[in-house]
Amino acid sequence: MVRLFGPLVGLFFVAALLLSFGVGAYNAATQPTPPSAEKLFHMHPKDVKFSFDGPFGTFDKAQLQRGFKVYQEVCSNCHSLKQVAFRDLGALGYNEAQVKAIAKNWGTKAQTFDPKTGDRGERPNLPSDHFPPVYYAGQGNPPDLSLIAKSRHGGAQYIHSLLTGYVDQAGYKNEAGEELLKKFPDAKTPDGLYFNPYFANLNLAMPQPLTSEGQVTYSDGTKATVDQMAMDVSAFLTWTAEPKLDKRKQTGWPVLGFLLAATVLAYLAKRNVWADKH
Amino acid sequence: MAGDGVRRRDFINIAAVSFAGVGGLAALYPLISQMAPSADVLAESSTEIDISAIAPGQAIKAVWRKQPVFIRNLTPEEIKSADAVDVASLRDPQTLEQRTTAGKTNWLITMGVCTHLGCVPLGAGEGEVKGEFGGYFCPCHGSVYDTAARIRKGPAPKNLEVPPHEFSSDTVVKIG
Amino acid sequence: MSFPWANEYKPSHPLMQWIDEKLPLPRFVYNAVGAGYPVPRNLNYMWNFGVLAGFALVLQIVTGVVLAMHYAANAGVAFDSVEHIMRDVNWGWMLRYAHANGASMFFIVVYTHIFRGFFYSSYKAPREMIWLLGVVIFLLMMATAFMGYVLPWGQMSFWGAKVITGLFSAIPLVGPPLQEWLLGGFAPDNAALNRFFSLHFLLPFVILGVIILHVWALHIPGSSNPTGVEVKQESDTVPFHPYYTAKDGFGLGIFLMVYCALVFFAPNLLGHPDNYIPANPLSTPAHIVPEWYFWPFYAILRAFTSDFLIIPAKLMGVLAMFSAILVWFFLPWLDTSPVRSGHYRPLFRKFFYALVIDVLVLGYCGGAPAEEPYVMISQIASMYYFLHFLVILPIVSSIETPQPLPFSITEAVLGKDEHATLAPATPPSAPAVA
Repeated sequence: MVRLFGPLVGLFFVAALLLSFGVGAYNAATQPTPPSAEKLFHMHPKDVKFSFDGPFGTFDKAQLQRGFKVYQEVCSNCHSLKQVAFRDLGALGYNEAQVKAIAKNWGTKAQTFDPKTGDRGERPNLPSDHFPPVYYAGQGNPPDLSLIAKSRHGGAQYIHSLLTGYVDQAGYKNEAGEELLKKFPDAKTPDGLYFNPYFANLNLAMPQPLTSEGQVTYSDGTKATVDQMAMDVSAFLTWTAEPKLDKRKQTGWPVLGFLLAATVLAYLAKRNVWADKH
Repeated sequence: MAGDGVRRRDFINIAAVSFAGVGGLAALYPLISQMAPSADVLAESSTEIDISAIAPGQAIKAVWRKQPVFIRNLTPEEIKSADAVDVASLRDPQTLEQRTTAGKTNWLITMGVCTHLGCVPLGAGEGEVKGEFGGYFCPCHGSVYDTAARIRKGPAPKNLEVPPHEFSSDTVVKIG
Repeated sequence: MSFPWANEYKPSHPLMQWIDEKLPLPRFVYNAVGAGYPVPRNLNYMWNFGVLAGFALVLQIVTGVVLAMHYAANAGVAFDSVEHIMRDVNWGWMLRYAHANGASMFFIVVYTHIFRGFFYSSYKAPREMIWLLGVVIFLLMMATAFMGYVLPWGQMSFWGAKVITGLFSAIPLVGPPLQEWLLGGFAPDNAALNRFFSLHFLLPFVILGVIILHVWALHIPGSSNPTGVEVKQESDTVPFHPYYTAKDGFGLGIFLMVYCALVFFAPNLLGHPDNYIPANPLSTPAHIVPEWYFWPFYAILRAFTSDFLIIPAKLMGVLAMFSAILVWFFLPWLDTSPVRSGHYRPLFRKFFYALVIDVLVLGYCGGAPAEEPYVMISQIASMYYFLHFLVILPIVSSIETPQPLPFSITEAVLGKDEHATLAPATPPSAPAVA
């Protein structure tokens, strides 16, 4: 029975697939899908290096503090960071008093609600509070940045490329030398959006956030070029997304070392056991 | 020489099994420690409370580590009655001074957790029974505490616990 | 076990004798995975993967039970509770990465185990029941893994739940109400999340139960081996312990090194970035894909793009996808060659390697966007997939001339021994395990 019906079922599926293939091939030949502007002009993130790259990489705390300052002074106007608590900033090298001061002086206050009276109010943030939500009324939906580095292909490199990738759309050419607006005249960036070839569909609602050197004043004397600020905030956002990165790698090496030793021993023991059987 | 070979083999086999055992035990550590209080719980281990609105004779219930804390502003009579007790006669001998901050003896800050089995005693809320010693009364098993929240009667073994606290200012106390 | 020369459990310590009288559990273990289970002496490293799969299941249950202590199955807070695990719970990041990558390792191991079965025809008589139970385990694993992926309530979780339950809406007449019933609503929400969590917790224990049956069924004929020649005599076997416990210990070490390299150095390599975006019912990610272990089947699902006869393309895809696994149930009766091992089947071997490549191609296409040329490639690859199992295997098993088999396992290992004394040729009778 199986040997009779099996091939019939198989041929049934093959016939359906042949039909699908034929229709697909015919359509592809007669009405080929033209490549889209996104396909030809979207750029992959720039290959920049960070201190936390690779299996031995660790966060640079000074860089994270600078990146936090960029977030505080620039990004936090529109973007929340709700998975992160002020107390977490201790990992950036701030001491308890500094963390407390950062929380207390944070622009958006913590919301309070008295369930007895129904009164809503505000109080300064405490270290145990998470960063308060950010409400934004303008165009677009600024995403929460807590996990942005893990929720985008390319991570920190993508963030850095996006922040430094704003260009004038007029006359923009890709690496193959094709000019975007000549090839796709309809692809002109609509009003209220901004052109950026590192963004998936080339146009995003966020205007260029880092525009001029010295926009943020670094307390450690590092020169705040646009590229430097973009690097620092990308590193900071990698930390917010993966705060346990350092601990993870520090744990990983001893674990792997132990396993290697155990596996070598297991191999030798296996050879001992089998010595008389081969 | 053959004996040495056998001994070497045994050593390797024992070492391999030992490594497996040590590895298995090490793997238990994160599995056990994950049940300990997490970072967010620990971060709430201190709390600041405004006490400016508590009149003498009144008490409030605050929350510290998800447990009630009684903050009581003692009247001079209550202090007097607490000091009048012979400390040596107490089950858990402590003076009111030992249980309060010097110069602020009227502020009695204790956990609202009965030392018997953890119920919340009555006496801090408005109109609640304070028990025969004018302090707190635990309805679960009838423990009675005096105005210094010391155990006087009933099954509880200890006085109500005084949590670590300090006065940040005259009107704010930090617990924890 | 079934062979008359199997070691018998003889406890020497009075306590063990006492236990053996009251509850012979140590005896059961001894006969199942101890010195009382004679195993062919020629098993290669492909035979490590059964034990590894069992280990992976235990790993998943242990890490999963622990994660469930912190996870909150509520659509409002599920995503945040996972981040709470990652950030605040002691070692929570490690436990979650261990569980997520443990699922991938489980599938890597089980796929290897299945393809071992394909190559050595482990499904053939007298081991059909082991194979059938194995396919049941695989189906349960897929259901468990799918529901587990929904729990973090990210974008891929949400849209995965929507798309996979949408498969059932392809069934004529009862489809749409069936989907609503599965979800407890019109789209994935709290009801769906809660039941998925409940089932995700339950199913691994069901899997454990079926694994016990799988191993029980294995102990009736005993393990297969790379020659495919049945055990004939005592010199063909060695006791499971210490020989295969030692070998499995080494295999476990390699497994753990790969696993820990993933957990500690590339924990998100096999995941999808979009699942770090909280679920948003109003916006589908640009490119939704399931987890990698579903890609070959996902490619088959998407390969059907045209209605066929009276069957809509959507239903065809669903039918084909489920058939792609269900066909494994019929393997013992589709492949009727008396020779088991691919080593002695030259023609079969070529098609086996073609199948491996075919499934890899399907997997690649399943993970790629639904556009040309991937759709056309997956159509061709799907054709081969069905032809392989349903047409090629029956034909090959009829027309192929297998190469000569060794007389016995001992001969295959040690070479022909003219002085070997042979046990009776009839296979020993097979009492049930323990």
